[in-house]
Amino acid sequence: MTALGAKKARLPGPVLRAVENVLFALGLPVLTVLLWGIWSAGSTNRFFVGPLTILDAFRRTWIGPAFVDDVLPSLYRLALGLVASILLGVAAGVVIGRLRLLRELLEPLLEFFRALPPPVLIPVMMLLLGITDTMRVVVIVSGAVWPILLNTIDGVRATDSVMRETADSFRITRWERLWLLVLPAASPRIMTGVRQALSVALILMVISEMFASSAGLGYRIAYFQRNYLVAEMWSGILLLGLIGVLLAVAFGLVERRVLRWYHGMKEITRA
Amino acid sequence: MPDGSPLLRVEHLRKVYASAQGEVEAIGDLSFTMAPGELMCVVGPSGCGKTTLLKCLAGLLRPTSGLVEMEGSPVTGPSPAMAVVFQEYGRSLYPWLTVQGNVELPLRHKKLSRAERRRMVADAIEAVGLAGSADSHPWQLSGGMQQRVAIARAIAYQPEVLIMDEPFAAVDAQTRADLEDLVRELHLTRGISTIFVTHDIDESVYLGQRVLVLSNSPTRVQEDLVIDLPAERDQLTTRALPRFTELRTHVYAQIQRAKRGPVTAPPVAR
Repeated sequence: MTALGAKKARLPGPVLRAVENVLFALGLPVLTVLLWGIWSAGSTNRFFVGPLTILDAFRRTWIGPAFVDDVLPSLYRLALGLVASILLGVAAGVVIGRLRLLRELLEPLLEFFRALPPPVLIPVMMLLLGITDTMRVVVIVSGAVWPILLNTIDGVRATDSVMRETADSFRITRWERLWLLVLPAASPRIMTGVRQALSVALILMVISEMFASSAGLGYRIAYFQRNYLVAEMWSGILLLGLIGVLLAVAFGLVERRVLRWYHGMKEITRA
Repeated sequence: MPDGSPLLRVEHLRKVYASAQGEVEAIGDLSFTMAPGELMCVVGPSGCGKTTLLKCLAGLLRPTSGLVEMEGSPVTGPSPAMAVVFQEYGRSLYPWLTVQGNVELPLRHKKLSRAERRRMVADAIEAVGLAGSADSHPWQLSGGMQQRVAIARAIAYQPEVLIMDEPFAAVDAQTRADLEDLVRELHLTRGISTIFVTHDIDESVYLGQRVLVLSNSPTRVQEDLVIDLPAERDQLTTRALPRFTELRTHVYAQIQRAKRGPVTAPPVAR
C-alpha cells in the first residue's frame, strides 16, 4: 500500500499514469521492430526479411479464407483441448487430492506420464485414433492436463485444517464442501496450473498439425517452410505469437475475477 | 426438556493420542454437567488439553473412552446443537466469501425459505454489530471484527450450545474487552448456553457464571467454581469489586496448584 501511495504522489493524474504504462509496454517492442527494419533493409539474406514484408504477407495470407480454413479449426481444437484438460484435471485432481490412499498409489504413475514429452505420443495416437480431430485434441489434452492435475492435487491437499474443521462442525454437505471450500481453496493453485497449460496446449496444437495434416495453423507454417515461403512462414509465427498474447490477456481477465479475493487478501497482508 | 436435567453431560471423558513416541494422555478423566442457559468458562494451565476437550464436545474428535451427552443422547459426531468459534478466525472464515456469505454458510443446507434465511443472517450480523460490513470480505476487516463474523456465523446456526475456543487470544486488549462484553450481552439477551475456553484467568471470572478449572495433564477437573458476581457486569466496576479480586486470586492459586502436580485426590480406578 505504501509503495502504491508513493507512485501516486509522483504523478499528477491517472490519465498520465495510463499513458506512462502504455509507453512502457510498447516502448521496447517498437524500438526492436524499428531496429529490425533498418537492419533487414540492408540485408541480402533471403531468409531474413523485414517487418513490412512480413506484415504484407500476414495480410495476404491470413486475412481471408485461410482464417476460416486453417486458423479457426486450430483455435477450435485448442479451445476444446483446454476445456477438456481443465475439466479432467480439476475433477481428477479433487478426487486424488482428497483420497490419500489413491494419491500414494498413483503418484509414481503420474510422475511417469508427466515426464513423457507429449509429441512422442502423436504417432501412437495416430494409430489408435486415426488422423482425426479427436487425435489432435487428445494430444493437446495429454500435455495440458498435467500442470492442472498436479496443481489441483496440491491445492486440494493443502486445504487449511481449521477451514475443514469449520465445515465439519457446521455439518456442511459434501456438495457445499466441494463448491464453497475445496474448489475455492484450491483455486489459486488451479489457476497456476491453467496458466502453464495454456502455453503447453498452444505448442501441442501446432505440433499435432504438423504430422499428416492438410489444414491448420501448424500445417500452414510447415508448408510455407518446406516451400521457402519465408515471409509467409514468419507471418504464421507472428500469428501464433499474437494468439499466445491474446490467450494470456484473456486468462488474466478471468483470473482477476476468479481470484479477486486472493489478490485482495495478499495485498492487505503485504501492507 | 424436564426441569433440572443437564443440557450437556460429560462423564469420565478420556482422550489418548497415539504418537511416534508412544501414547500421550491429553485428557485423563473429566466429568461435569452443564445446565441449559449457563455461561461456563474453562481455564487451565497451558497444554492441559482444553482444545482437545472442546473438540470432543463438538464431536470433531472421538474420545478414547467416556461419554459426552447432549440433551440425553450421546455425541458421536458434529451435532446441529453445537456451534464452534475457533481461535484462528483468519483460518476459520472463508476469505472467498463475503461476511454475509460466511454467516450464511451453515444455514445453506437447513430447510429454510430464502426470506427466512436472509432474515436470520441479517439478524446475526446485526447482533454482533457489523450491519454495515455485510458485503465486505473478512480480510478487509480488523481481527476483532473478523472474530465478530465468526460469532455471527455461530449464532445464525442457532445452536443449543456455543463453544468458544480461546476466541480472543489473538486480539488486542481493548478489542478483547469489547468482545467479552459482546459475549455477555449475547448470553443475556439470547440465553445461548456457552462454553468459553480461555487461558486468561481474569477473563474467565469476568465472563463466567461458573468456572471449571482443569488440572495439569492428565487432565481432571481441579475445581468447579460458581462465580457469584452480579449478572450485569461492566469492565470497570465489576473488575474493581473486591469479590472479583478474591475469585481471580482463588482461580489463580488453583491453577498454580494444578501446574505443580497431580490433584490431591487419588486417581479413580478405570
